[in-house]
Amino acid sequence: MHPAKSVIFFTTASGAGYGMLIWLAIFAFAGMLPPDPVFGFVAFALAFALVVGGLLSSTFHLGHPERAWRAMSQWRSSWLSREGLLAVLTFIPTGLFGASWVFLGEHQGVAGWLGLLGAAMSFATVFCTAMIYASLKAVPAWSDRWTPPAYLALSLATGMVLTAALAAIFALPSLPVFFMIAVMALAAGLLVKLGYWASRRSAAPVSTAESATALGKFGTVRLIESPHSESNYLLDEMGFRVARKHADKLRRIALVFGFVLPLLLFGALLMFSLPFPALWAGLGVLSCAVGIVGERWLFFAEARHVVTLYYGEHGV
Amino acid sequence: MTQLPKTAPAKKLGLVIDLDICVGCHACAVNCKEWNSGGHSAPMTDTDPYGSKPQGVWFNRIHTFEAVDEAAGTSRTVHFPKSCLHCDDAPCVTVCPTGASYKREEDGIVLVNGDACIGCKLCSWACPYGAREYDEDAGVMKKCTLCVDRIYNAELPEENRVPACVSTCPAGARHFGDLGDPNSDVSRLVAARDGAALMPEQGTSPVNRYLPPRPKASNATVAPRMLKHEDESTDGAGLLARWVDKILS
Repeated sequence: MHPAKSVIFFTTASGAGYGMLIWLAIFAFAGMLPPDPVFGFVAFALAFALVVGGLLSSTFHLGHPERAWRAMSQWRSSWLSREGLLAVLTFIPTGLFGASWVFLGEHQGVAGWLGLLGAAMSFATVFCTAMIYASLKAVPAWSDRWTPPAYLALSLATGMVLTAALAAIFALPSLPVFFMIAVMALAAGLLVKLGYWASRRSAAPVSTAESATALGKFGTVRLIESPHSESNYLLDEMGFRVARKHADKLRRIALVFGFVLPLLLFGALLMFSLPFPALWAGLGVLSCAVGIVGERWLFFAEARHVVTLYYGEHGV
Repeated sequence: MTQLPKTAPAKKLGLVIDLDICVGCHACAVNCKEWNSGGHSAPMTDTDPYGSKPQGVWFNRIHTFEAVDEAAGTSRTVHFPKSCLHCDDAPCVTVCPTGASYKREEDGIVLVNGDACIGCKLCSWACPYGAREYDEDAGVMKKCTLCVDRIYNAELPEENRVPACVSTCPAGARHFGDLGDPNSDVSRLVAARDGAALMPEQGTSPVNRYLPPRPKASNATVAPRMLKHEDESTDGAGLLARWVDKILS
Protein backbone atom coordinates (compact mmCIF):
# COMPACT_ATOMS: atom_id res chain seq x y z
CA MET A 1 0.00 0.00 0.00
CA HIS A 2 1.21 3.48 -0.83
CA PRO A 3 2.39 5.13 2.41
CA ALA A 4 0.85 8.60 2.14
CA LYS A 5 2.87 10.99 4.31
CA SER A 6 -0.28 12.73 5.53
CA VAL A 7 -1.80 9.47 6.77
CA ILE A 8 1.44 8.36 8.46
CA PHE A 9 1.75 11.69 10.22
CA PHE A 10 -1.93 11.59 11.16
CA THR A 11 -1.92 8.11 12.71
CA THR A 12 1.34 8.58 14.62
CA ALA A 13 0.76 12.18 15.79
CA SER A 14 -2.87 11.82 16.76
CA GLY A 15 -2.07 8.47 18.39
CA ALA A 16 0.57 10.12 20.57
CA GLY A 17 -1.72 13.07 21.33
CA TYR A 18 -4.62 10.84 22.39
CA GLY A 19 -2.18 8.72 24.40
CA MET A 20 -1.10 11.88 26.25
CA LEU A 21 -4.71 12.89 26.95
CA ILE A 22 -5.33 9.42 28.40
CA TRP A 23 -2.28 9.52 30.71
CA LEU A 24 -2.84 13.14 31.77
CA ALA A 25 -6.36 12.24 32.89
CA ILE A 26 -5.22 9.12 34.75
CA PHE A 27 -2.29 10.84 36.52
CA ALA A 28 -4.41 13.90 37.40
CA PHE A 29 -7.08 11.61 38.85
CA ALA A 30 -4.43 9.71 40.82
CA GLY A 31 -3.08 13.00 42.15
CA MET A 32 0.33 12.46 40.57
CA LEU A 33 0.33 15.71 38.59
CA PRO A 34 0.25 19.20 40.09
CA PRO A 35 -2.78 21.40 39.23
CA ASP A 36 -0.16 23.84 37.98
CA PRO A 37 -1.62 25.96 35.12
CA VAL A 38 1.78 26.26 33.41
CA PHE A 39 2.29 22.50 33.33
CA GLY A 40 -1.35 22.10 32.26
CA PHE A 41 -0.90 24.64 29.47
CA VAL A 42 2.26 23.05 28.07
CA ALA A 43 0.87 19.52 28.34
CA PHE A 44 -2.47 20.29 26.70
CA ALA A 45 -0.93 22.54 24.06
CA LEU A 46 1.33 19.66 23.05
CA ALA A 47 -1.41 17.00 23.18
CA PHE A 48 -3.91 19.10 21.22
CA ALA A 49 -1.26 20.22 18.72
CA LEU A 50 -0.54 16.56 17.99
CA VAL A 51 -4.23 15.60 17.73
CA VAL A 52 -5.33 18.65 15.73
CA GLY A 53 -2.22 18.59 13.55
CA GLY A 54 -2.84 14.93 12.83
CA LEU A 55 -6.50 15.42 12.04
CA LEU A 56 -5.76 18.37 9.76
CA SER A 57 -3.01 16.50 7.96
CA SER A 58 -5.39 13.59 7.36
CA THR A 59 -7.60 15.94 5.35
CA PHE A 60 -4.67 16.91 3.09
CA HIS A 61 -4.85 13.67 1.12
CA LEU A 62 -8.56 14.17 0.39
CA GLY A 63 -9.69 15.12 -3.08
CA HIS A 64 -12.24 17.50 -1.54
CA PRO A 65 -11.13 18.63 1.95
CA GLU A 66 -13.95 21.22 2.04
CA ARG A 67 -16.45 18.36 2.16
CA ALA A 68 -14.71 16.66 5.10
CA TRP A 69 -17.67 17.42 7.41
CA ARG A 70 -19.73 14.91 5.43
CA ALA A 71 -17.44 12.18 6.72
CA MET A 72 -19.19 12.24 10.11
CA SER A 73 -22.52 11.07 8.75
CA GLN A 74 -22.08 7.31 8.19
CA TRP A 75 -21.09 6.14 11.68
CA ARG A 76 -23.55 3.25 11.45
CA SER A 77 -21.38 1.39 8.95
CA SER A 78 -18.03 3.14 8.47
CA TRP A 79 -15.11 3.04 10.90
CA LEU A 80 -13.65 6.14 9.24
CA SER A 81 -16.89 7.99 9.93
CA ARG A 82 -16.94 6.73 13.54
CA GLU A 83 -13.38 7.92 14.00
CA GLY A 84 -14.15 11.38 12.59
CA LEU A 85 -17.23 11.79 14.75
CA LEU A 86 -15.56 10.52 17.93
CA ALA A 87 -12.49 12.68 17.30
CA VAL A 88 -14.67 15.79 17.24
CA LEU A 89 -16.81 14.73 20.24
CA THR A 90 -13.69 13.92 22.27
CA PHE A 91 -12.70 17.59 22.13
CA ILE A 92 -15.65 18.43 24.43
CA PRO A 93 -14.62 16.56 27.63
CA THR A 94 -10.88 16.85 27.00
CA GLY A 95 -11.23 20.57 26.17
CA LEU A 96 -13.23 21.22 29.36
CA PHE A 97 -10.72 19.17 31.38
CA GLY A 98 -7.82 21.13 29.92
CA ALA A 99 -9.55 24.49 30.34
CA SER A 100 -10.31 23.75 33.99
CA TRP A 101 -6.67 22.75 34.60
CA VAL A 102 -5.16 25.73 32.77
CA PHE A 103 -7.58 28.52 33.73
CA LEU A 104 -8.96 27.37 37.09
CA GLY A 105 -6.00 25.35 38.34
CA GLU A 106 -8.43 22.50 39.03
CA HIS A 107 -7.91 19.02 37.60
CA GLN A 108 -9.85 16.86 40.01
CA GLY A 109 -13.47 16.54 41.07
CA VAL A 110 -15.80 17.26 38.12
CA ALA A 111 -12.83 18.18 35.92
CA GLY A 112 -11.14 14.90 36.84
CA TRP A 113 -14.20 12.90 35.83
CA LEU A 114 -14.46 14.87 32.57
CA GLY A 115 -10.79 14.00 32.02
CA LEU A 116 -11.48 10.31 32.52
CA LEU A 117 -14.46 10.48 30.15
CA GLY A 118 -12.18 12.18 27.62
CA ALA A 119 -9.57 9.48 28.20
CA ALA A 120 -12.11 6.75 27.47
CA MET A 121 -13.23 8.58 24.33
CA SER A 122 -9.60 9.11 23.24
CA PHE A 123 -9.01 5.38 23.63
CA ALA A 124 -12.14 4.69 21.57
CA THR A 125 -10.99 7.12 18.87
CA VAL A 126 -7.63 5.35 18.53
CA PHE A 127 -9.52 2.04 18.40
CA CYS A 128 -11.63 3.43 15.52
CA THR A 129 -8.47 4.51 13.68
CA ALA A 130 -7.13 0.98 14.05
CA MET A 131 -10.41 -0.53 12.89
CA ILE A 132 -10.32 1.49 9.66
CA TYR A 133 -7.34 -0.70 8.75
CA ALA A 134 -8.34 -3.84 10.63
CA SER A 135 -11.71 -3.98 8.84
CA LEU A 136 -10.15 -4.13 5.37
CA LYS A 137 -10.18 -7.80 4.40
CA ALA A 138 -8.61 -6.94 1.06
CA VAL A 139 -5.37 -6.08 2.91
CA PRO A 140 -4.63 -9.21 4.97
CA ALA A 141 -1.66 -7.55 6.73
CA TRP A 142 -4.08 -5.00 8.16
CA SER A 143 -7.04 -7.24 8.97
CA ASP A 144 -4.68 -9.10 11.29
CA ARG A 145 -6.14 -9.38 14.80
CA TRP A 146 -2.98 -7.76 16.20
CA THR A 147 -3.68 -4.49 14.37
CA PRO A 148 -6.04 -2.88 16.94
CA PRO A 149 -3.87 -3.87 19.95
CA ALA A 150 -0.80 -2.52 18.11
CA TYR A 151 -2.41 0.86 17.44
CA LEU A 152 -3.64 1.14 21.03
CA ALA A 153 -0.38 0.00 22.61
CA LEU A 154 1.71 2.37 20.47
CA SER A 155 -0.64 5.27 21.21
CA LEU A 156 -0.26 4.61 24.94
CA ALA A 157 3.52 4.12 24.67
CA THR A 158 4.19 7.27 22.65
CA GLY A 159 1.78 9.30 24.81
CA MET A 160 3.50 8.02 27.94
CA VAL A 161 6.99 8.79 26.66
CA LEU A 162 5.89 12.39 26.00
CA THR A 163 4.19 12.67 29.39
CA ALA A 164 7.27 11.30 31.19
CA ALA A 165 9.52 13.75 29.31
CA LEU A 166 7.26 16.64 30.33
CA ALA A 167 7.35 15.42 33.94
CA ALA A 168 11.16 15.43 33.71
CA ILE A 169 11.24 18.93 32.23
CA PHE A 170 9.02 20.20 35.07
CA ALA A 171 11.07 18.16 37.58
CA LEU A 172 7.92 16.68 39.13
CA PRO A 173 8.35 14.90 42.51
CA SER A 174 7.27 11.39 41.51
CA LEU A 175 9.59 11.17 38.47
CA PRO A 176 10.65 7.52 38.98
CA VAL A 177 7.00 6.42 38.78
CA PHE A 178 6.62 8.19 35.42
CA PHE A 179 9.84 6.60 34.15
CA MET A 180 8.69 3.19 35.34
CA ILE A 181 5.33 3.49 33.60
CA ALA A 182 7.09 4.72 30.44
CA VAL A 183 9.32 1.63 30.50
CA MET A 184 6.27 -0.60 30.99
CA ALA A 185 4.31 1.11 28.19
CA LEU A 186 7.29 0.82 25.81
CA ALA A 187 7.78 -2.83 26.70
CA ALA A 188 4.08 -3.52 26.14
CA GLY A 189 4.25 -1.72 22.76
CA LEU A 190 7.31 -3.74 21.78
CA LEU A 191 5.67 -7.04 22.74
CA VAL A 192 2.49 -6.26 20.81
CA LYS A 193 4.44 -5.16 17.74
CA LEU A 194 6.60 -8.31 17.89
CA GLY A 195 3.35 -10.27 18.15
CA TYR A 196 2.04 -8.52 15.04
CA TRP A 197 5.20 -9.23 13.03
CA ALA A 198 5.24 -12.86 14.16
CA SER A 199 1.60 -13.23 13.18
CA ARG A 200 2.32 -11.79 9.72
CA ARG A 201 5.33 -14.06 9.19
CA SER A 202 3.26 -17.18 9.87
CA ALA A 203 0.17 -16.03 7.96
CA ALA A 204 -0.93 -18.12 4.99
CA PRO A 205 -2.17 -16.25 1.89
CA VAL A 206 -5.86 -15.31 2.11
CA SER A 207 -6.40 -15.06 -1.63
CA THR A 208 -4.41 -16.35 -4.59
CA ALA A 209 -4.17 -15.73 -8.33
CA GLU A 210 -6.25 -18.91 -8.69
CA SER A 211 -9.10 -17.67 -6.49
CA ALA A 212 -8.91 -14.18 -8.01
CA THR A 213 -9.46 -15.56 -11.50
CA ALA A 214 -11.53 -18.67 -10.65
CA LEU A 215 -9.12 -20.52 -13.00
CA GLY A 216 -7.51 -22.70 -10.35
CA LYS A 217 -9.00 -25.90 -11.74
CA PHE A 218 -6.91 -25.46 -14.89
CA GLY A 219 -3.64 -25.25 -13.01
CA THR A 220 -1.26 -22.65 -11.61
CA VAL A 221 -2.32 -19.18 -12.71
CA ARG A 222 0.11 -16.47 -13.70
CA LEU A 223 -0.32 -13.13 -15.41
CA ILE A 224 1.11 -13.03 -18.91
CA GLU A 225 -0.21 -9.68 -20.05
CA SER A 226 -1.09 -6.59 -18.06
CA PRO A 227 -4.04 -4.38 -19.08
CA HIS A 228 -1.72 -1.44 -19.79
CA SER A 229 1.86 -0.85 -20.77
CA GLU A 230 1.97 1.94 -18.13
CA SER A 231 1.07 2.10 -14.45
CA ASN A 232 -2.42 2.97 -13.26
CA TYR A 233 -4.16 4.28 -10.14
CA LEU A 234 -4.53 0.82 -8.65
CA LEU A 235 -0.83 0.05 -8.98
CA ASP A 236 0.29 3.45 -7.70
CA GLU A 237 -2.02 3.28 -4.68
CA MET A 238 -2.16 -0.44 -3.89
CA GLY A 239 0.87 -1.93 -5.61
CA PHE A 240 3.54 0.13 -3.84
CA ARG A 241 6.80 -1.84 -3.83
CA VAL A 242 9.60 0.56 -2.91
CA ALA A 243 9.71 -0.11 0.81
CA ARG A 244 9.26 -3.85 0.69
CA LYS A 245 12.82 -4.33 -0.42
CA HIS A 246 13.95 -2.18 2.55
CA ALA A 247 11.55 -3.90 4.94
CA ASP A 248 14.21 -5.50 7.13
CA LYS A 249 16.16 -2.26 7.43
CA LEU A 250 13.00 -0.36 8.33
CA ARG A 251 12.03 -3.00 10.86
CA ARG A 252 15.44 -2.59 12.53
CA ILE A 253 14.99 1.20 12.57
CA ALA A 254 11.54 0.79 14.14
CA LEU A 255 12.86 -1.67 16.72
CA VAL A 256 16.00 0.21 17.70
CA PHE A 257 14.72 3.79 17.63
CA GLY A 258 11.10 3.10 18.53
CA PHE A 259 11.69 0.71 21.40
CA VAL A 260 15.23 -0.34 22.32
CA LEU A 261 16.82 3.13 22.66
CA PRO A 262 13.86 4.70 24.51
CA LEU A 263 13.72 1.64 26.78
CA LEU A 264 17.43 2.00 27.57
CA LEU A 265 17.12 5.76 28.18
CA PHE A 266 14.04 5.56 30.40
CA GLY A 267 15.37 2.41 32.06
CA ALA A 268 18.61 4.24 32.90
CA LEU A 269 16.63 7.22 34.21
CA LEU A 270 14.65 4.84 36.40
CA MET A 271 17.65 2.88 37.77
CA PHE A 272 20.23 5.63 38.22
CA SER A 273 19.71 9.25 39.16
CA LEU A 274 21.25 10.65 35.99
CA PRO A 275 22.08 14.34 35.74
CA PHE A 276 19.84 16.36 33.37
CA PRO A 277 16.94 13.84 33.31
CA ALA A 278 14.97 16.14 30.96
CA LEU A 279 17.75 15.87 28.35
CA TRP A 280 17.76 12.07 28.35
CA ALA A 281 13.98 11.90 28.35
CA GLY A 282 13.90 14.36 25.46
CA LEU A 283 16.32 12.15 23.53
CA GLY A 284 13.99 9.24 24.29
CA VAL A 285 11.10 11.20 22.74
CA LEU A 286 13.09 12.01 19.58
CA SER A 287 14.27 8.44 19.14
CA CYS A 288 10.75 7.13 19.71
CA ALA A 289 9.33 9.57 17.15
CA VAL A 290 11.78 8.40 14.47
CA GLY A 291 11.14 4.74 15.29
CA ILE A 292 7.35 4.97 15.34
CA VAL A 293 7.20 6.87 12.05
CA GLY A 294 9.39 4.10 10.60
CA GLU A 295 7.06 1.49 12.09
CA ARG A 296 4.00 3.16 10.56
CA TRP A 297 5.70 3.56 7.18
CA LEU A 298 6.43 -0.15 7.25
CA PHE A 299 2.83 -0.92 8.28
CA PHE A 300 1.70 0.67 5.02
CA ALA A 301 4.52 -0.25 2.69
CA GLU A 302 4.66 -3.89 3.72
CA ALA A 303 0.90 -4.44 3.42
CA ARG A 304 -0.10 -6.04 0.15
CA HIS A 305 -3.53 -5.61 -1.38
CA VAL A 306 -5.31 -8.56 -3.01
CA VAL A 307 -5.87 -6.50 -6.17
CA THR A 308 -2.17 -7.04 -6.93
CA LEU A 309 -3.14 -10.66 -7.70
CA TYR A 310 -4.48 -9.29 -10.98
CA TYR A 311 -1.09 -7.70 -11.64
CA GLY A 312 1.34 -10.54 -11.15
CA GLU A 313 1.35 -11.38 -7.42
CA HIS A 314 0.59 -15.00 -6.67
CA GLY A 315 -0.67 -15.10 -3.08
CA VAL A 316 -1.63 -12.27 -0.73
CA MET B 1 -26.60 6.28 3.03
CA THR B 2 -23.72 3.83 2.93
CA GLN B 3 -25.46 1.05 4.76
CA LEU B 4 -26.32 -1.73 2.37
CA PRO B 5 -30.03 -2.17 1.59
CA LYS B 6 -31.69 -3.88 4.59
CA THR B 7 -33.11 -6.64 2.46
CA ALA B 8 -30.84 -7.74 -0.37
CA PRO B 9 -32.20 -6.44 -3.68
CA ALA B 10 -34.39 -9.06 -5.39
CA LYS B 11 -33.21 -7.78 -8.75
CA LYS B 12 -29.44 -8.16 -9.19
CA LEU B 13 -28.33 -6.70 -12.46
CA GLY B 14 -24.89 -7.82 -13.48
CA LEU B 15 -22.60 -9.26 -16.11
CA VAL B 16 -21.73 -12.80 -17.08
CA ILE B 17 -18.39 -12.99 -18.84
CA ASP B 18 -17.53 -16.01 -20.96
CA LEU B 19 -13.81 -16.71 -20.63
CA ASP B 20 -14.12 -19.41 -23.27
CA ILE B 21 -15.05 -16.85 -25.89
CA CYS B 22 -13.23 -13.65 -24.93
CA VAL B 23 -10.43 -12.95 -27.40
CA GLY B 24 -8.89 -10.10 -25.41
CA CYS B 25 -9.52 -7.43 -28.04
CA HIS B 26 -10.14 -4.64 -25.45
CA ALA B 27 -13.19 -3.41 -27.40
CA CYS B 28 -15.31 -3.56 -24.22
CA ALA B 29 -12.83 -1.34 -22.37
CA VAL B 30 -12.66 1.11 -25.26
CA ASN B 31 -16.42 1.37 -25.69
CA CYS B 32 -16.81 1.67 -21.91
CA LYS B 33 -14.43 4.62 -21.92
CA GLU B 34 -16.19 6.09 -24.94
CA TRP B 35 -19.70 5.87 -23.49
CA ASN B 36 -18.79 6.90 -19.96
CA SER B 37 -16.81 9.92 -21.14
CA GLY B 38 -20.27 11.43 -21.58
CA GLY B 39 -22.15 9.37 -19.01
CA HIS B 40 -23.15 9.31 -15.33
CA SER B 41 -19.58 9.66 -14.01
CA ALA B 42 -18.10 11.71 -16.85
CA PRO B 43 -15.42 12.70 -17.61
CA MET B 44 -13.06 9.71 -17.65
CA THR B 45 -10.05 11.90 -17.01
CA ASP B 46 -6.70 11.08 -18.60
CA THR B 47 -3.51 12.56 -17.26
CA ASP B 48 -0.56 13.06 -19.59
CA PRO B 49 -2.38 11.21 -22.41
CA TYR B 50 0.25 11.91 -25.07
CA GLY B 51 3.26 12.12 -22.75
CA SER B 52 5.71 9.55 -21.50
CA LYS B 53 3.54 8.38 -18.58
CA PRO B 54 -0.04 8.26 -19.79
CA GLN B 55 -2.62 7.31 -17.14
CA GLY B 56 -6.33 7.55 -16.90
CA VAL B 57 -9.61 6.41 -15.45
CA TRP B 58 -10.87 3.07 -16.78
CA PHE B 59 -13.87 1.13 -15.50
CA ASN B 60 -12.93 -2.00 -17.36
CA ARG B 61 -9.53 -3.60 -17.90
CA ILE B 62 -8.47 -6.74 -19.72
CA HIS B 63 -5.81 -8.95 -18.20
CA THR B 64 -4.39 -12.10 -19.78
CA PHE B 65 -3.57 -15.10 -17.65
CA GLU B 66 -2.03 -18.46 -18.25
CA ALA B 67 -3.17 -21.50 -16.26
CA VAL B 68 -0.55 -24.23 -16.38
CA ASP B 69 -1.10 -27.79 -15.23
CA GLU B 70 2.45 -29.18 -15.07
CA ALA B 71 1.31 -32.73 -14.30
CA ALA B 72 -1.06 -32.97 -17.23
CA GLY B 73 1.27 -31.00 -19.49
CA THR B 74 -1.52 -28.61 -20.46
CA SER B 75 -1.90 -24.87 -20.36
CA ARG B 76 -4.69 -22.43 -21.12
CA THR B 77 -4.34 -18.82 -22.12
CA VAL B 78 -7.31 -16.87 -20.83
CA HIS B 79 -8.24 -13.27 -21.58
CA PHE B 80 -9.86 -11.84 -18.52
CA PRO B 81 -11.91 -8.61 -18.60
CA LYS B 82 -12.56 -7.17 -15.16
CA SER B 83 -14.94 -4.44 -14.07
CA CYS B 84 -17.07 -3.80 -10.96
CA LEU B 85 -18.83 -6.97 -9.79
CA HIS B 86 -21.65 -5.03 -8.05
CA CYS B 87 -21.25 -7.11 -4.89
CA ASP B 88 -24.16 -7.93 -2.59
CA ASP B 89 -21.94 -7.25 0.42
CA ALA B 90 -20.01 -4.42 -1.18
CA PRO B 91 -17.22 -3.39 1.23
CA CYS B 92 -16.63 -0.23 -0.82
CA VAL B 93 -20.11 0.94 0.19
CA THR B 94 -19.97 0.25 3.92
CA VAL B 95 -16.55 1.89 4.44
CA CYS B 96 -17.62 5.15 2.77
CA PRO B 97 -17.71 7.83 5.50
CA THR B 98 -19.86 10.32 3.60
CA GLY B 99 -22.71 8.35 2.10
CA ALA B 100 -21.44 9.04 -1.42
CA SER B 101 -21.19 5.32 -2.16
CA TYR B 102 -24.42 3.42 -2.30
CA LYS B 103 -26.01 0.24 -3.53
CA ARG B 104 -29.36 0.69 -5.23
CA GLU B 105 -32.23 -1.16 -3.65
CA GLU B 106 -34.14 -1.54 -6.91
CA ASP B 107 -31.48 -3.32 -8.97
CA GLY B 108 -28.35 -3.72 -6.83
CA ILE B 109 -26.15 -1.41 -8.90
CA VAL B 110 -23.31 0.15 -6.86
CA LEU B 111 -22.82 3.84 -7.62
CA VAL B 112 -20.89 6.89 -6.38
CA ASN B 113 -22.50 10.29 -5.87
CA GLY B 114 -19.68 12.51 -7.10
CA ASP B 115 -21.18 15.55 -5.36
CA ALA B 116 -20.80 14.02 -1.89
CA CYS B 117 -17.50 12.14 -2.38
CA ILE B 118 -14.53 13.60 -0.47
CA GLY B 119 -11.96 11.54 -2.38
CA CYS B 120 -10.55 9.74 0.68
CA LYS B 121 -9.87 6.62 -1.48
CA LEU B 122 -10.88 4.26 1.33
CA CYS B 123 -13.37 2.50 -0.99
CA SER B 124 -10.53 1.66 -3.37
CA TRP B 125 -8.65 0.10 -0.45
CA ALA B 126 -11.72 -1.89 0.56
CA CYS B 127 -12.48 -3.32 -2.90
CA PRO B 128 -10.58 -6.59 -3.51
CA TYR B 129 -11.12 -6.34 -7.27
CA GLY B 130 -9.70 -2.93 -8.13
CA ALA B 131 -13.05 -1.65 -9.35
CA ARG B 132 -12.63 1.79 -7.84
CA GLU B 133 -10.81 4.57 -9.67
CA TYR B 134 -9.62 7.91 -8.38
CA ASP B 135 -10.03 10.83 -10.74
CA GLU B 136 -7.02 13.09 -9.98
CA ASP B 137 -8.67 15.97 -11.76
CA ALA B 138 -12.12 15.84 -10.19
CA GLY B 139 -10.82 14.69 -6.78
CA VAL B 140 -13.52 12.05 -6.48
CA MET B 141 -13.85 8.29 -6.86
CA LYS B 142 -15.41 6.81 -9.97
CA LYS B 143 -16.52 3.33 -10.94
CA CYS B 144 -18.46 1.19 -13.37
CA THR B 145 -22.10 2.26 -13.35
CA LEU B 146 -23.28 -0.84 -15.23
CA CYS B 147 -24.23 1.88 -17.73
CA VAL B 148 -27.18 2.91 -15.58
CA ASP B 149 -27.63 5.73 -18.09
CA ARG B 150 -28.06 3.26 -20.98
CA ILE B 151 -29.96 0.32 -19.59
CA TYR B 152 -33.00 2.40 -18.61
CA ASN B 153 -32.64 4.95 -21.41
CA ALA B 154 -35.94 5.14 -23.26
CA GLU B 155 -34.27 7.29 -25.94
CA LEU B 156 -32.23 4.29 -27.09
CA PRO B 157 -33.60 1.46 -29.23
CA GLU B 158 -34.49 -1.42 -26.92
CA GLU B 159 -31.69 -3.71 -28.15
CA ASN B 160 -29.14 -1.06 -27.19
CA ARG B 161 -30.32 -0.83 -23.58
CA VAL B 162 -27.42 -2.95 -22.34
CA PRO B 163 -24.06 -1.82 -20.93
CA ALA B 164 -21.66 -0.41 -23.54
CA CYS B 165 -19.19 -3.26 -22.97
CA VAL B 166 -21.89 -5.85 -23.73
CA SER B 167 -23.24 -4.11 -26.81
CA THR B 168 -19.80 -3.76 -28.39
CA CYS B 169 -18.29 -7.20 -27.71
CA PRO B 170 -17.60 -8.61 -31.19
CA ALA B 171 -17.23 -12.15 -29.87
CA GLY B 172 -20.42 -12.25 -27.81
CA ALA B 173 -18.45 -13.01 -24.65
CA ARG B 174 -20.42 -10.62 -22.41
CA HIS B 175 -23.96 -11.08 -21.19
CA PHE B 176 -26.11 -8.71 -19.17
CA GLY B 177 -29.17 -9.53 -17.11
CA ASP B 178 -30.84 -10.16 -13.77
CA LEU B 179 -28.80 -12.64 -11.77
CA GLY B 180 -31.34 -12.48 -8.95
CA ASP B 181 -33.91 -14.23 -11.13
CA PRO B 182 -33.04 -17.94 -11.38
CA ASN B 183 -34.97 -18.21 -14.65
CA SER B 184 -33.25 -15.37 -16.47
CA ASP B 185 -31.06 -16.18 -19.47
CA VAL B 186 -27.93 -15.15 -17.60
CA SER B 187 -28.78 -17.25 -14.54
CA ARG B 188 -29.40 -20.29 -16.73
CA LEU B 189 -26.12 -19.70 -18.52
CA VAL B 190 -24.32 -19.56 -15.18
CA ALA B 191 -26.01 -22.79 -14.06
CA ALA B 192 -25.24 -24.60 -17.32
CA ARG B 193 -21.59 -23.53 -17.51
CA ASP B 194 -20.66 -23.58 -13.82
CA GLY B 195 -20.21 -19.82 -13.65
CA ALA B 196 -17.90 -18.77 -10.83
CA ALA B 197 -17.57 -15.82 -8.47
CA LEU B 198 -14.15 -14.18 -8.04
CA MET B 199 -12.45 -14.40 -4.63
CA PRO B 200 -15.51 -15.75 -2.76
CA GLU B 201 -13.26 -15.97 0.35
CA GLN B 202 -13.30 -12.18 0.55
CA GLY B 203 -16.95 -12.37 1.61
CA THR B 204 -18.16 -9.74 -0.85
CA SER B 205 -20.82 -11.93 -2.56
CA PRO B 206 -20.19 -10.55 -6.05
CA VAL B 207 -23.09 -10.55 -8.52
CA ASN B 208 -21.06 -10.88 -11.75
CA ARG B 209 -20.08 -14.37 -12.81
CA TYR B 210 -17.25 -15.74 -14.96
CA LEU B 211 -17.86 -18.75 -17.21
CA PRO B 212 -14.73 -20.92 -17.24
CA PRO B 213 -13.15 -22.04 -20.52
CA ARG B 214 -14.83 -25.19 -21.85
CA PRO B 215 -12.89 -28.46 -21.53
CA LYS B 216 -10.41 -28.99 -24.35
CA ALA B 217 -11.38 -31.47 -27.01
CA SER B 218 -9.35 -34.68 -26.74
CA ASN B 219 -6.28 -35.07 -28.97
CA ALA B 220 -8.01 -37.78 -31.02
CA THR B 221 -10.47 -35.30 -32.48
CA VAL B 222 -7.97 -32.51 -33.04
CA ALA B 223 -7.48 -31.52 -36.66
CA PRO B 224 -4.03 -32.37 -38.05
CA ARG B 225 -1.59 -29.51 -37.78
CA MET B 226 -0.46 -29.64 -41.41
CA LEU B 227 -1.86 -31.38 -44.44
CA LYS B 228 0.45 -34.03 -45.75
CA HIS B 229 1.74 -33.17 -49.25
CA GLU B 230 3.06 -35.77 -51.62
CA ASP B 231 6.00 -33.59 -52.55
CA GLU B 232 7.98 -36.26 -54.36
CA SER B 233 5.48 -37.21 -57.02
CA THR B 234 5.35 -35.47 -60.38
CA ASP B 235 1.99 -37.02 -61.26
CA GLY B 236 -0.26 -34.51 -62.89
CA ALA B 237 2.48 -31.91 -63.29
CA GLY B 238 2.85 -30.06 -66.59
CA LEU B 239 5.42 -30.83 -69.30
CA LEU B 240 7.85 -28.06 -68.25
CA ALA B 241 7.69 -29.04 -64.57
CA ARG B 242 8.36 -32.70 -65.37
CA TRP B 243 11.33 -31.69 -67.62
CA VAL B 244 12.80 -29.43 -64.89
CA ASP B 245 12.30 -32.23 -62.36
CA LYS B 246 14.15 -34.67 -64.60
CA ILE B 247 17.08 -32.30 -65.16
CA LEU B 248 17.49 -31.44 -61.49
CA SER B 249 16.96 -34.81 -59.88
